[in-house]
Amino acid sequence: MSDVKIGAYICKGCGLGDRLDTAALAKIAEREGKAAFAKEHDFLCSEAGVAMIREDIEKEGVNRVVIAACSRRAKTDAFAFDGDGVAVSRANLREGVIWARPDTEEARETTQEMAEDYVRMACAEVRYMTPPQPNPEAQTNRRILVVGGGVSGMTAALEAAKAGYEVTIVEKSGALGGWAAKLHRRVPDHAPYADPQETGVEAMIQSVEADPRIEVVLNARITRTSGAPGRFSADITTESGQTRTENFGAIIQASGFIPYDASKLPELGYGKTPDVVTQLELEELVRQAGGGPVKRPSDGKEVRSVVFVQCAGQRSDKEGHLPYCSGFCCTASIKQAMYFKDQNPDIDTTILYTDLRTPGYLEDFYRSGQRKGVIFTKGVASEVKPANGGGAVVHFKDLILDEDVQVEADLVVLATGMIPNSGVDIEKPEKREGQSDEDYQKALEEARVRMGLNPGEESVLNLQYRQGPDLPKLRYGFADSHFICFPYETRRTGIYATGPVRRPMDITQAMEDAVGATLKAIQALENAGKGRAAHPRVGDLSYPSFRRDGCTQCKRCTVECPFGAIDEDEERYPVFNESRCRRCGTCMGACPVRVISFENYSVDTVGQQIKAVDIPDEFSEKPRILVLACENDAYPALDMAAQNGIHYSPFVRIVPVRCLGSVNTIWVTDALNSGYDGVILMGCQKGENYQCHFVKGSEMAHYRMGKIGDSLEQLQLEVERVQTYEVAITDIERAPRLINEMEQLIEKIGMSPFKF
Amino acid sequence: MSDLNAQMVEKYRNSFLKEVEANVEEGEWVKMCMQCGVCSGSCPLGPYWEHPPQEIFMMIRAGKREEVLKSESMWMCTSCYNCIVRCPRGLPITHIMHGLAHYAERLGLAPKQNPTRRFALMFWDNIAKHGRVNETVLSIKLYFMDGFSAGIKRALEMLPVGLGMLKAKRFNPWGLFFHKGCKGKRDIQKILAKAREIELAKAAKFGG
Ligand code: SF4
Ligand code: SF4
Ligand code: SF4
Ligand code: SF4
Repeated sequence: MSDVKIGAYICKGCGLGDRLDTAALAKIAEREGKAAFAKEHDFLCSEAGVAMIREDIEKEGVNRVVIAACSRRAKTDAFAFDGDGVAVSRANLREGVIWARPDTEEARETTQEMAEDYVRMACAEVRYMTPPQPNPEAQTNRRILVVGGGVSGMTAALEAAKAGYEVTIVEKSGALGGWAAKLHRRVPDHAPYADPQETGVEAMIQSVEADPRIEVVLNARITRTSGAPGRFSADITTESGQTRTENFGAIIQASGFIPYDASKLPELGYGKTPDVVTQLELEELVRQAGGGPVKRPSDGKEVRSVVFVQCAGQRSDKEGHLPYCSGFCCTASIKQAMYFKDQNPDIDTTILYTDLRTPGYLEDFYRSGQRKGVIFTKGVASEVKPANGGGAVVHFKDLILDEDVQVEADLVVLATGMIPNSGVDIEKPEKREGQSDEDYQKALEEARVRMGLNPGEESVLNLQYRQGPDLPKLRYGFADSHFICFPYETRRTGIYATGPVRRPMDITQAMEDAVGATLKAIQALENAGKGRAAHPRVGDLSYPSFRRDGCTQCKRCTVECPFGAIDEDEERYPVFNESRCRRCGTCMGACPVRVISFENYSVDTVGQQIKAVDIPDEFSEKPRILVLACENDAYPALDMAAQNGIHYSPFVRIVPVRCLGSVNTIWVTDALNSGYDGVILMGCQKGENYQCHFVKGSEMAHYRMGKIGDSLEQLQLEVERVQTYEVAITDIERAPRLINEMEQLIEKIGMSPFKF
Repeated sequence: MSDLNAQMVEKYRNSFLKEVEANVEEGEWVKMCMQCGVCSGSCPLGPYWEHPPQEIFMMIRAGKREEVLKSESMWMCTSCYNCIVRCPRGLPITHIMHGLAHYAERLGLAPKQNPTRRFALMFWDNIAKHGRVNETVLSIKLYFMDGFSAGIKRALEMLPVGLGMLKAKRFNPWGLFFHKGCKGKRDIQKILAKAREIELAKAAKFGG
């Protein structure tokens, strides 16, 4: 560390100069923070301020910069000195100190102490930071693998080709087009949203086939996928058994859906009479009719009346039904009723629904159906029985008139749903040794919810990842994505799920979705080529590495990495696939021997900050509370609280962390050992409706902290001194309150006895 | 059953909706209802209706011809227009209610004793005769529509109001004996007769 030269810059703008003794801060940076020099400036983010720092970097050889000014979330462009051998640390004196404190005489002393600590912390952090270098293994491969040749896959391929990328579509069947190719017409996607429109699938197939950048492999599957963004390698095996290996920069999984098996609905007459059909089967009947009247399958009589039963086997808790809404079927039924009405307005068409879902402009399509005379009846079908002499009788409860009624129809159409085709359950529970039956049953139940009716028999991607061959699922078998913040991101970097494999959707939505996934894939492979993170720490050059001689091969990092970024080598040491990595640090938090670190974020960069804080003695009545706050949600929430004039305890010292998952318990135990009175961890919502940017990070942290009780007991400290909370970015009132509550708690239970 | 009525039943056996569309004022809107229930919830008289508007529209679509046309419900509408203002689908509900009531009356299906119906008929006779309402006669007829003793009782109840109106010159007892009507009384009667003729012809067209 001989060549470290710290330059500390203390801003006097934004009221900092009035509220704080900046000269004292400069002195602290030099004496305690070991900065080569510290400079005050009236307006640090101004051109002059920035130029001053630049000059010091260039002429004075400053390579570690401490900016003691506003929050690290502000003025990022002005203070972007990192890279090229320079590391930057920010002491948050504005949002973190003066705005979080009242401007009063009695608050002055504690406010100044707060600022002094943050300067000490920033100097300590920057000393242990190494300017990150792009990963030398970075590779650029501008070819994208699209798995699935339906509407989603073809859209993705065409979009990628338009943007100048090579594409290979691998389709398991013998033709492109997927289910959409089987439709007579589609629900309209443009104004006036009045009539069914051509599917456009034929034209799409032609464009795909004509595009020199797109290669189509039919009757083929992916039998092996390995590597990482920028250097995926996939085995494409055709039906004849021939396999070839290709390299790709990114993967788009558009493996689509499997139609619900209507034979599970005998109560709705399916299988009992050929006059009860699914929506897909009706498309076929209409195609056969070739513009003429549709014939009843049982006896070929012209259909004069049709009843559509919505939500058939859907939105229901019954065993074997889909608990969710497939979203496309309401408008599909309206479209199909129009097939009849447009052909002959005298045909009676009734749509039996409980809630009609016609998102967006499709409300106009609904109106158009009404105008054409389609009858919409709010009711629930209980039973469909074959009628004497053909057709069927639908028994239903009219929910508006509150009575049980029946109607006869020549044809009954069941609106059945979509089941995602997302491959196998990679978290399939196996009964572990010593696991109780009850726990095993619980795991099985979770798997049932996770997989829904997805058969899970055949893998789509055959990933050679330690975490299993397919994308993780969250619920009902759909490929998991970060629903709330990043809908395209699966937990496998560089692999994007799109279309109905991700969530139920119609053609319009699938096409939009595919465009998004394509842009994501491009982003991922381009960033991978530059050795940078694509998401969510866009452009981050740092990546984790481990010290081999310290590693005990415990495999915690491999298991706990939410993104399957770590494999194992033959000697069972972890192998980090940096371009799969999201830079969350969960592995770093997991490692019991603390050998995992990033160049600019490590056990030391945080540990040294914790150590740098001045701990007043037991009788000072100045406790110290450490907050480890997630930089994505909790830290901004605290910044915003201060911006809104919400004040909090002056005894708190807040350290932003990349993810709560990166918190190594050593930080907590060290803090308590060195005299902190309380520790608060603030992370995002975990569990099924997680908001954690890194999906499992917050969950892991909560789990680990659940076990910290033992350490506290050993230290003979009250367990309440460590609190772990889920904090949302909107919690701008709650987050400061949690801090103040800790201060009150300490007042009650007393100061820590560990102050030296 | 009137002839017209019988014809309708015959012709529109399965589709009462089509009958309504052809014969009821603004009837073509009924199919556009999306069953949200906002009208029923907005109607100040909603709780007193046997079938609030939303339900009436559903019944029409379910082909409940008799039940709808014989219902007292649409006679409950006071033309407050709350529902029209609020209906997200823009249905002219008030007009449809009156249209339905009128159609039921034409077919002879309207409930005979419904007070609104009786008042409406009274009002019509009154205004159609003179081209201008004779309020004195109208109120007296209204008070006495359920017989003499009920009429006296009602009149006595309303006495203070009546005296007040008399004082404010809002009530003319002489109207009982003299009522001028409007200028073109005869013309008005001719216009109304012609309108009725057209209406019947139209109904006959759909009926026949
Ligand atoms: S889209 Fe309509 S029919 Fe399909 S599940 Fe949803 S509510 Fe039911
Ligand atoms: S930083 Fe996160 S994503 Fe990267 S290897 Fe570690 S746990 Fe996995
Ligand atoms: S106009 Fe008639 S139906 Fe509409 S809210 Fe008023 S009273 Fe009810
Ligand atoms: S408010 Fe309009 S759309 Fe809603 S139920 Fe009434 S008439 Fe139908």
